Parts: sequence; structure tokens; C-alpha cells
Amino acid sequence: MTKSELIEELAKELKVTVSTASGIISTILDAMAETLVKGKNVEIRGFGSFTVKKYKSYTGRNPKTGEETTVKPKKLPFFKPGKELKEAVNAGKK
Amino acid sequence: MKQNNLTRKELAEAVADQLGYPRSSCSEIVDSFFDTMKTALMEGEPIKIVHFGTFSLRDKNPRNGRNPRTGESILIKKRQMVSFKPSKTLREQLND
Repeated sequence: MTKSELIEELAKELKVTVSTASGIISTILDAMAETLVKGKNVEIRGFGSFTVKKYKSYTGRNPKTGEETTVKPKKLPFFKPGKELKEAVNAGKK
Repeated sequence: MKQNNLTRKELAEAVADQLGYPRSSCSEIVDSFFDTMKTALMEGEPIKIVHFGTFSLRDKNPRNGRNPRTGESILIKKRQMVSFKPSKTLREQLND
């Protein structure tokens, strides 16, 4: 499913126009991204939570050339699926 | 710190501010959004959101686990996990 399919699906579900649904999705995603940029967490009950993990600088290697490089400290978003979502994707598969 | 987290409530408020709809219908809108994604994942379909990231299903092999309290050994069945890969845009936003 792509973003545009998600927009269409939501428009159908909510009985709104595609452009309204598109605005809604952008608002939600932007708010989530902005929160993570501020270093805060996103917690959606029943779906999952997003946290930001901080990584320190380390010495890495270019796997192709073997050359050593310093990897700068970085932050990465991390998603932990919620209990309901975990159960939902495993439902009926035994 | 806890009140700084973003939840469904804040998302509903953001949608309400943008659309000018009442708050109550906006929380339903936010729920529909996450339900739509959940349904797609339940059907085994990955979700690719440009500029945000991809949610996909990853198979986990069965393995032996242990009940940490009793030390009892049990078999953890083959199962699926949802994994998220952030897009380049999102990664760059976080490190700006």
C-alpha cells in the first residue's frame, strides 16, 4: 500500500474528498515527524510507539573498500508495534 | 516528560485545527487512519509512505523461550512482526 492508496482508502472510509483525506494524512504524519525531530516520543495506543534512538559516533569501515571512516553521532526513529497490532498480524496464523 | 509525548489526542487536535472540524469527529478520523494501516498490515501488505517510511512484516522463526519467572521452557511459534524503516527524508530531518 502506498501513500496515495492510503489516502484513497481513508477518503472512502470517511466519505470525504481525496484532497481532504490527503490533508488529514499529511497533518498526522507531519505532527509525528515534528515530534520526533524535537526528540519526543509518539505513542499510539493499539498501534505502536515511535521513539528516537541516539547513536554515538563510532569508527566504521566502508564495506566495499575496507577504508576506515568515522561515523558521526546520529539519531534514528525506532518503531515498536503495540500489543494489539502484534496480535492482529498474527491472528489466524498458527 | 510524559505529557510531552504525542498521542492520538494531540493528533486529533492537529487535525481539528487544520480542518476546522469538531474535536470529537477528529479523534474518529485519527482512529480511521491507524485502523486503515492496521488492516493493510493484517492482510500482509507493506505500507510505503513517501517522506516518512515503510512498515513491513518480517517473519520470525520459531524458537525456544523460557518463562523468566518459572524457568519453564516453551516453544515460541513462528510469528510475524511489524518493522518500520524510516525514509531518508525522515532520517535527515532528525539529524539536521
